[in-house]
Amino acid sequence: MTTARLQLPARIVEGDVFKLRLLVQHPMDSGFLRDLEGVLVKRNVIRHLQCIFHDKEVFRVEPTTGTSANPLFEFYLRATKSGELYFRWVDDKGYIGELRQKLVIEPANQSKAPKP
Amino acid sequence: MLFSLSRRDCLSRFLKASVGVWGMGSGMSHAQDMSVLGRVQDMTDARLRQFDEMIAPYVVRQPVKQGGITLSLPMLADNGHLVPLSLKVDSPMTEESHVTHIYVISQRNPVPLMAMFVLGPWNGRAELSMRVRLSGTQMVVVLARMSDGTFRYETQEVVVTEAACIDNG
Amino acid sequence: MSGPKLCLWGLSRCLIYFLLLNVFGLLFHLPMAAAQQRLIALDKLQSGLAFTGPEILDLQGDDFANPGLPFLEKGAKLWNQVSGKNDKSCQSCHGELKSMKGAATRYPAIDKASGHLFNLEDRIRHCRQKRQKAAEWPLESEELLSITLYVTSASNGMPIKVSIDGKAQSHFEAGQKIFTTRQGQMNLACTQCHDQRYGIKLFTDKLSQGQPNAYPAYRIEWQRLASLERRLRFCYTGVKAEIPAWGHEDMRDISLYLMWRAQGLKIEVPSVRK
Repeated sequence: MTTARLQLPARIVEGDVFKLRLLVQHPMDSGFLRDLEGVLVKRNVIRHLQCIFHDKEVFRVEPTTGTSANPLFEFYLRATKSGELYFRWVDDKGYIGELRQKLVIEPANQSKAPKP
Repeated sequence: MLFSLSRRDCLSRFLKASVGVWGMGSGMSHAQDMSVLGRVQDMTDARLRQFDEMIAPYVVRQPVKQGGITLSLPMLADNGHLVPLSLKVDSPMTEESHVTHIYVISQRNPVPLMAMFVLGPWNGRAELSMRVRLSGTQMVVVLARMSDGTFRYETQEVVVTEAACIDNG
Repeated sequence: MSGPKLCLWGLSRCLIYFLLLNVFGLLFHLPMAAAQQRLIALDKLQSGLAFTGPEILDLQGDDFANPGLPFLEKGAKLWNQVSGKNDKSCQSCHGELKSMKGAATRYPAIDKASGHLFNLEDRIRHCRQKRQKAAEWPLESEELLSITLYVTSASNGMPIKVSIDGKAQSHFEAGQKIFTTRQGQMNLACTQCHDQRYGIKLFTDKLSQGQPNAYPAYRIEWQRLASLERRLRFCYTGVKAEIPAWGHEDMRDISLYLMWRAQGLKIEVPSVRK
């Protein structure tokens, strides 16, 4: 069971280009190292991770053994309309990890406060 | 500049010698010995790739230009297992002109490609952060493919030293 | 000088030096055993953070991306998870996390029932087996590390204060002896680097004081959470000494000595170390 956490800005207004930070708990075993008993740990890394929003892939990363364990990815999205962010990743073992988060985007004309 | 061959050579021999002594002292079998040696950063044997070799899988005949990318990596990594990397490609990220792919490539790692990102105008900014693994002091190359098929790149050298006390878990 | 005279001269010199070194050595050790002398004054205690680089400081300070945080979350889940024949979770008996406030500052401690010195991991495993009647979590398993981190986090920011009275006294002295005795192929005592030379660089690493206040820690070299015991075993590797088995009493004795030595230093988790 792996956990993942997502960080988003507190307020997002339509048209903003905002930062997302995703931290996934995954050993990203390179296949080159040994465990505490001295046994070689088989390679098991995330093969691809995608972010789907409104049925469209808006971010994709294909890491390799060169990506650190418990990977952190930071990227940007242009805010359009509210919806659900769906993160999905698959590793060498075929394990599918998922994270869903509601994204609330305030319409541009309603915003009177200065943008963050 | 990377260490001169003689200094690398010296350090590598010293590391091998000290591990060898340890191996003998703790009565390890030869096979185990070799695995530890394999783990010890061997700065002379791990081949440093040429730049052309590093970008060849992704660039066939398209123009490649240096610049337009801000790459941020520490000059001296605390530990090779986790090296924070940030990059930003100058691009309006519009439908007409945007970054389509970003490749993060290693000069010395057993697997050259460390990660590949797929982006589009929906990202608004071609700015990313991640954490890479670097197997020894080397140059990191970030290669960006633009929507017009051209490529841009930037490089940075990172010094990665072996842990002061050689680790075996 | 002629042959035999030179030999005698040399021999007597050697004997004198040998006697001096041993007497000096004995003198050096005796005070350690007799008095609870602090080799680093209490006001000079520093966490490992003071000896790390900027990237580690950033990583640890990042409220979101600290690599130890997912393990803390896992620990929270395990706290509430019902387990074992008695159908209880930690929460069933102990309530919320705040009931664990201060616990991590007092361990290792003597277990009254068995008289053994328990570190926090031992205490948790004991509780799981005896009270929950659940399958054991092996030492250094992710579950045990996560729950230990969670329990330790209840004491975050609190000063360490362990007891070395009663049955703990002999364990403290044993730990102190190990810390101040040379060992391994490199023939080094912990004290030589961590009391006498902290702050000085060994290759590109700054020697720390070897404090235990930030464990379990996310150690980048191992790319996962690690216990103090694992870290101490690695210290043995560092001086090329034979590593004791997992669960060895020596590790707990050293931990007790370290915690006494760190009196007043604040618990700091989840931490990130090289």
